[in-house]
Amino acid sequence: MAKTIEQLKKDVLDMKLKALDISLSAGQYGELSHVGSAFSAMEIMSALYEVAKIDDPEQEDRDRVIISKAHCILALYTALYKKGLISESELETVDKNGTTLWGHPYRNLKRGIEFSGGSLGLGISYAAGVAYSCKLKGLNNRIFVLLGDGECNEGIVWEALMSIAHFKLSNLTVIVDKNGLQFDGTTDEIMSLGNLEDKFKAFGYDVVTVNGHEVGDVVDALRNKSFERPNVVIAKTNKANGISFLENQAKSHVFMIKQKEYDLAKNDIISAYEQK
Amino acid sequence: MNRNKLNIKLLSTFGQRGSAFSVALPQILQEIPNVMLLTADMSSTGALGRFKDANPDHFINVGIAEQNLLGMAAGLAEEGWRPICVAQACFITMRAFEQARQYAGYMHNPIVLVGIDSGYSTKFMGNTHYSLEDLSLMRLIPGMNVVAPCDALQAALALEAAVKSDNPTYIRLYGMPGHPIVYTSNEAPFEIGKANILKEGKDVKIVAIGSMVNVAMKAADQLKKMGIEAEVIDMHTLKPLDTSVLNKVSLVVTVEEHRMMGGLGEAVASHYMEAGIQTKLVRMSIPDSFGTVGNVPYMLEQSGLTVEGIVSTINNNFNKE
Repeated sequence: MAKTIEQLKKDVLDMKLKALDISLSAGQYGELSHVGSAFSAMEIMSALYEVAKIDDPEQEDRDRVIISKAHCILALYTALYKKGLISESELETVDKNGTTLWGHPYRNLKRGIEFSGGSLGLGISYAAGVAYSCKLKGLNNRIFVLLGDGECNEGIVWEALMSIAHFKLSNLTVIVDKNGLQFDGTTDEIMSLGNLEDKFKAFGYDVVTVNGHEVGDVVDALRNKSFERPNVVIAKTNKANGISFLENQAKSHVFMIKQKEYDLAKNDIISAYEQK
Repeated sequence: MNRNKLNIKLLSTFGQRGSAFSVALPQILQEIPNVMLLTADMSSTGALGRFKDANPDHFINVGIAEQNLLGMAAGLAEEGWRPICVAQACFITMRAFEQARQYAGYMHNPIVLVGIDSGYSTKFMGNTHYSLEDLSLMRLIPGMNVVAPCDALQAALALEAAVKSDNPTYIRLYGMPGHPIVYTSNEAPFEIGKANILKEGKDVKIVAIGSMVNVAMKAADQLKKMGIEAEVIDMHTLKPLDTSVLNKVSLVVTVEEHRMMGGLGEAVASHYMEAGIQTKLVRMSIPDSFGTVGNVPYMLEQSGLTVEGIVSTINNNFNKE
């Protein structure tokens, strides 16, 4: 059963609050969290797990969700929690010594984690191989891969994009979380991507651009796929979206959340949700 | 693989890659139907054409993109394929080192990485194309088998063993068609991680790998005429290293067409040190510098990696009492 927009928005709220809880417990003993990139991808992640058919995460013809911008674990793990693939007690181990939910996810199909990410650019090349295999086997499934815009600086991303188009892997959909920021500043000032939509079109993709914080729009964009060409959804987002003191700031990439920041952020998120 | 079908002389004519990909791989595919051969634009150089033409559904050319080569192989491996990736030894191990570490090592996918044209095989192309650090690099990756076959037959056997291994494997191939023959019987033993003792001898132990095994055998013949009994070990697998053949002897000489750091000599030395076996050890390898260019015999001569070089090294270090 497809969820309503209201249900998805509530899911996103739950994910954000859970992510804040994890960040606070890390911050309480001096650990930083990847806050910014997770909060730019909350709606994307929720939409991905709504659209992707992975009711049985070990079935061969399941859809594959491959997270290439793997530092957004707070969005990934909380989405998998909402999906029932990660338990609450497991989620509480994040950022604790000896946890199996690492700071960059490790492949574990039982948890719905397809790819061991962390090194930027490597997820999309891997996804190209997965999509090639699924196409060859005639599986009627889809492969989704989430990229960051900063991640698009990596050369292997373009090697992979070329090969996905060359092998006509129309079963593959790339989602770019285009929050416009990377570690050292804006993507425009550090390494401009120029017109990303045109670049993808020139590479042979069907491209659509959406507001990445409108979960319903992202769901629609992901559901509409070309059968001729590989697909790209460019999701325009804000880094640390909805957290007033971090939003659209490069420093949000890794940030220490203490009680004061937690209270402020929680208030921001709940009041934004209630206003809608 | 049906060993009876392997004609040693014919394999030697084909060379290591021809033997591996034209002779062995079609047979391996019959037994293991999920083999997928991938290359980074090295189909003609790597002698992949025959296999590709006969099995188009088992072949992917990703273009000149070694990083994506291993990325796609990882995706295919997790989907149940047994990928074999073929590229120049220098580029598959260096350009794509992180991908080898991540996709094959960390994600533990049993990808077979085949580096062709290793060592000085690329002759006048020079230092960008020489592959003199590949063994060290691949040896660093947890779980990676590192194999350097010494002749065309062994290249075929190594490929079969690698495809059947649960671990990822790096296979270092060498040279052009017309490869010297070390193993004269197609019943020659080959097991990853198990060295072959090719010649018995009590005076000195020569441990050689890949292209240097044939040279070491010839050196042992000359030494015998000089009254020195040399044992020759074909250490075709650098990792896991077969230390059972590294017993006490007064002189050990390692020989490799590779840099010293992280290579065979260092691995053997580490074993002797840690096992507390006192012995004199001489490591013959390529110096820690970028040199000139030339054909293979010329380049090997620069580092003394010749029959004469091994003979004189042993003669100078052997305590005749």
